[in-house]
Amino acid sequence: MYRSLSIDPDKCTGCLQCEMACSYEYEGVFNPAHSRIKVFTFHQEGRFVPYTCTQCADAWCQHACPVDAIRVDAETGAKEIKENLCVGCKVCTIACPFGTVNYNHDRGKVLKCDLCGGDPACARACPTQAITYVDGDWAGYEKMRAWAARTDNATHA
Amino acid sequence: MGWQKKILRVNLTEGTCISEPLDMGWANEYLGQRGLATKYLVEEVDPKVDPLSPENKLIFATGPLTGTPASTGARYSVITKGALTGAIACSNSGGYFGAELKFAGWDMIIFEGCAEKPVYLYINDDQAELLPADDLWGKSVWETDEILHRVHQDPQLRISAIGRAGEKGVLYACIVNDLHRAAGRSGVGAVMGSKNLKAVAVRGTKGVRVADPERFLKVVAEKKQVLAENAVTGQGLPAYGTQVLMNVINELGALPTRNARDVQFEGASRISGEAMHEPRGSEQKPNLVTNQACFGCTIACGRISRIDKGHYTVVNRPEYWGASGGLEYENAWSLGADCGVEDLDALTWANFVCNEQGLDPISFGATLAAAMELYETGVITDEDTGGIALKFGSAEALTSMVQQVANGEGFGRELALGSRRLCEKYGHPELSMTVKGQEFPAYDPRGIQGMGLTYATSNRGACHLRSYTVSSEVLGIPEKTDPLVTDGKPALVKAFQDVTATVDASGLCLFSTFAWSLEDIQPQIDAACEGDWSLDRLLEMGERIWNLERQFNIAAGFTGKDDRLPKRLVSEPVKSGPAKGLVNQLDKMLPEYYQLRGWDEGGVPREETLERLGL
Repeated sequence: MYRSLSIDPDKCTGCLQCEMACSYEYEGVFNPAHSRIKVFTFHQEGRFVPYTCTQCADAWCQHACPVDAIRVDAETGAKEIKENLCVGCKVCTIACPFGTVNYNHDRGKVLKCDLCGGDPACARACPTQAITYVDGDWAGYEKMRAWAARTDNATHA
Repeated sequence: MGWQKKILRVNLTEGTCISEPLDMGWANEYLGQRGLATKYLVEEVDPKVDPLSPENKLIFATGPLTGTPASTGARYSVITKGALTGAIACSNSGGYFGAELKFAGWDMIIFEGCAEKPVYLYINDDQAELLPADDLWGKSVWETDEILHRVHQDPQLRISAIGRAGEKGVLYACIVNDLHRAAGRSGVGAVMGSKNLKAVAVRGTKGVRVADPERFLKVVAEKKQVLAENAVTGQGLPAYGTQVLMNVINELGALPTRNARDVQFEGASRISGEAMHEPRGSEQKPNLVTNQACFGCTIACGRISRIDKGHYTVVNRPEYWGASGGLEYENAWSLGADCGVEDLDALTWANFVCNEQGLDPISFGATLAAAMELYETGVITDEDTGGIALKFGSAEALTSMVQQVANGEGFGRELALGSRRLCEKYGHPELSMTVKGQEFPAYDPRGIQGMGLTYATSNRGACHLRSYTVSSEVLGIPEKTDPLVTDGKPALVKAFQDVTATVDASGLCLFSTFAWSLEDIQPQIDAACEGDWSLDRLLEMGERIWNLERQFNIAAGFTGKDDRLPKRLVSEPVKSGPAKGLVNQLDKMLPEYYQLRGWDEGGVPREETLERLGL
């Protein structure tokens, strides 16, 4: 079963534990500046929205890479940057329609979510279950369930 | 590690920004933030200086756990000699700014001198420079935030700034970061304004390391679970914020009402945390939009609120229609119960303005409450107020005065002095609800006896965040004590004061201690920092910090005579509630407290105490 990250902005409080966990996984330092997941604050509306790569099935970034440095992990389905191949040309950052591939100046490589090899640190660190790692074919399951619970059922009235 | 081991010294007179190594000898004695910055202040500033002179210094300080995944590790403090009090000031704030400063590679910024013209400090990792702020002077905190993001073309900048109140020298002006988190008390914003320093804008990309990451992450995960499973930090605070207390404290008869003439407010339920959840007004939507966490916090007690568009404060003023920092308990009390106002949206708007213009809402509300009492007794007249009736219960008085104070207009110029100076000026010092010149917060010490000793002995003037005995006396944390008796309170206050100083020094939030004891915090510090940080060492450090602050105040001219409560609290018995007939019995507690502290009868630390603590 492929799994995917499921994000529920309603539950996010903006604590950035996910960004710290992600950056630590990536470079062994607590450094949101190098996180591959970002929480966006929409101050006027009082909303916090975590956002990261959704691992497209047919990935723009992968198609655009001239040196074939973006590979699919057979187990997780994640599109991963092979840093030994990446030349830092950044074409993938242009190709990605969602902005979730970015460049790390210090390393001269791009960075994006790789699902941490199947145990995403962001989901583990999230205190409110705003980020969960779920059945990839049923990312909407919990949302469906929540709406199902609200559906009127006369026999239980 | 934990520390970045680097401080930024900014000389505003010379216009220089210089990097210095952190004094690790001092870090080993004082850990960080409140403790370590106090040590720097004591070593570098004559306690007798005028707080608003160039000789005073202003320190922004993080702790070793700031910017780490330790839950609540968001905090930074501003340490200086307070404009409102003339005592040591240490105002603690959350949000994201403190962690960003750490990520840029700095433990601390020390501002000294005074800039000739308005400036702001821009930090981009190692690069730090003072830039002209002529165009920012006169702008609000919110405008400054927007302009700096635009000018630097960097949406990820974190900004801490003063509003018009700090520029104009309102004595309880605060420093606001991330739009609505504040280093709130003692007038630290007035000190910043006196230095012609408008803002600090930081972007950090270097990150934070800890000494033993594996052990640190393990213990941090365990302790987060403790917070999640605790009723206060796991349920009460996320749902209602600190406003969970409004109805509780009112029931207890410890809600100072109308300048502490009463201890129960008939409108309490209408300004409570519960009320913030109720649909109301023209839109039939609740005041509360959501809760918000500070950096790294898994409690998330912050309130994000919206004012009803039909409310008189915001009609035709779309700039106030968006969501922003809502009412915390202290603010709902000071702007609400203490002024007798029960219009939730009016309080929310006054609170927005306090954030927007950089005012401490506790001191502002309590000062207005004193002015209302002076007005109702005929001492202050319509001639003084420009025709505005300063009656208890008047939302219009509240909302017009908050603007006047922020803009330095009309009677607002008098209110800008704070309650003590205002009441002295009008010949009634006894009506000022202050200790060491600072307005006391939302707990009446006649109904919660330990808070009387807390206010009287707090090193930064009356304050609940120096020894929050409400935890024990009301909530039963760590164990329940009777709020109406004084027995055991001196020891309780001392213990809370010392632990709190340690928690502050670490960079964690005091609210974590609703669920965590020092035994929960110690292993997090120990894993993050080099060296052996035992419980005993941390406890002794808290005591050392407390005594160092006390020494600063004594050298500044304070004596045991300043460890006094307003006359009302020790001579006027309360009229209603469980504490009916009681006054605060400070005199029964203070001598024992001095003794436990190892101070003489005048409240001065004895030689052997100082020696024991290495002072």
